[in-house]
Amino acid sequence: MDSFIQQLINGITLGGIYALIALGYTMVYGVIQLINFAHGEFFAAGGYVGVIFLSFFTGLGYMETHPIFCLTASFALAMMYCAYLAIGVEKIAYKPLRKEARLAALLSALGVSIFLSNGLMLTQGVYDKAYPSELFQGGFNFGIITIGYLQVLIVCLTGALLVALNLLVFKTKIGMAMRATAQDKTMSALVAIGSNNIISLTFAIGAGLAAAAGIMVGLYYGSVRYDMGFLPGIKAFSAAVLGGIGNITGAMLGGLIIGMVEIFGAGYISGEYKDVFAFIILIGVLYFKPTGIMGENIDDTRV
Amino acid sequence: MSAQPILELKNVHSGYGSIKALRDVSLKIYPGEVVAIIGANGAGKSTTLMTICGIVPLEKGDVFYNGVSVKNIAPEKLPPLGLCQVPEGRRIFPRLTVEENLILGAFYRNDKPEIQRDIEHVYSLFPVLGERNRQKGGTLSGGEQQMLAIGRALMTKPKVLLLDEPSLGLAPIIIHQIFDIIADINKNQGTTILLVEQNANLALQAATRGYVLETGQITLEDKASSLLHNPEIRKAYLGE
Repeated sequence: MDSFIQQLINGITLGGIYALIALGYTMVYGVIQLINFAHGEFFAAGGYVGVIFLSFFTGLGYMETHPIFCLTASFALAMMYCAYLAIGVEKIAYKPLRKEARLAALLSALGVSIFLSNGLMLTQGVYDKAYPSELFQGGFNFGIITIGYLQVLIVCLTGALLVALNLLVFKTKIGMAMRATAQDKTMSALVAIGSNNIISLTFAIGAGLAAAAGIMVGLYYGSVRYDMGFLPGIKAFSAAVLGGIGNITGAMLGGLIIGMVEIFGAGYISGEYKDVFAFIILIGVLYFKPTGIMGENIDDTRV
Repeated sequence: MSAQPILELKNVHSGYGSIKALRDVSLKIYPGEVVAIIGANGAGKSTTLMTICGIVPLEKGDVFYNGVSVKNIAPEKLPPLGLCQVPEGRRIFPRLTVEENLILGAFYRNDKPEIQRDIEHVYSLFPVLGERNRQKGGTLSGGEQQMLAIGRALMTKPKVLLLDEPSLGLAPIIIHQIFDIIADINKNQGTTILLVEQNANLALQAATRGYVLETGQITLEDKASSLLHNPEIRKAYLGE
């Protein structure tokens, strides 16, 4: 039982991270029907920007004196960097192909993924880059169960980001415009909504969330690597498909489920197969219910 | 009728790729008018409106709004200038609520209290929309969707309103109601209206002037009342 609760907490932590990444896939798909295979790279880039700034702050000693400021600044800078990176990628690699067959943009996305991942390798090296190790040692002890301070931070921050995103998409005028653009671009233009701006915004938000997830993973596992975007990227994509691609609530749910399944699978079945579970789910969903849990139909929560 | 047309098409050619939908179309619409374009299915009526709004690319010729060429202006920049279209098939955002659809009509506007007042005004024109304000646009009936589409367009504060087949697929009693509102918008708000209709009888009764469009070309232009009594028109479009 103790180990079950421990696994549950670990599952929520990992699931939240997958959910953050999955949102980028699902939002971009919702608005321009493109699977952005380069999305995992934004996650990796975020992890790197995070480690660069956190190491910088640690070197100056600020991490000791102003930990909250340093963390906030690192998250904000990484999210902004990736937001602009994504806007640039969209303008250069996807926008010119918008009127072409969908496959063209998809291939372009694969190319961007390889390009960005290799760019990271060239500029940051092939080896793991360690996060400052003294961050968030320890945790809350409840007998046999331990909840790390870091886990608390990750879960709270993830929750806050998800709530903020929901408020933005479902409660603000710009969120309405995003949903309208996803539903009918021509009509949106006829009511003065410029789809280019909305598409840029969608990429920026998705990449910003992925960047935050990148730092969390860096903090959680202690290091980042140039190719770290690949596997979580595909798992988060599976999560988005599981939830129903294009559906925001679905992506959150799918992320949590994939995270849980992975942790419980690793714990109770075999750790060797932990990367397999997400793909078993992906194949199962595609086979039995390609629209995912919340996909299709007239439904609020679709973008 | 004032001297300068508020909307003018000059020798417009446009189409979808190799298909030439419009050939040498010229129109003039003066402030305060209700102008109808009538024509058969596929004559290019909708293309005319979509070309004015920049959705269908203009190949030759020019479109002037208030005397200024708008051919290089992006479609989403036109509603703030006062040029708005209710397209064929209404194109309500199906997964947004009635109220959200209306709010998006005012997307470019920032005058919150006035937006709220305009929403109330739309509800007073179409009380059924007020009753269903939290319902998804996609769940409304055809007539209600047409009302919402017109209401949404009014939220952009149009000076010129382009209406594409507002009667399409609606019951006669609803059509009547909608055309009353269109007349009201023209009279009480001074909005100029360009109306495209297959239902020629209806359109010419509502309009002051009319154009006849046949396979992408204007073949006739006259006062609406004259067109209504023109034997050829009666034969071709009024089923006599």
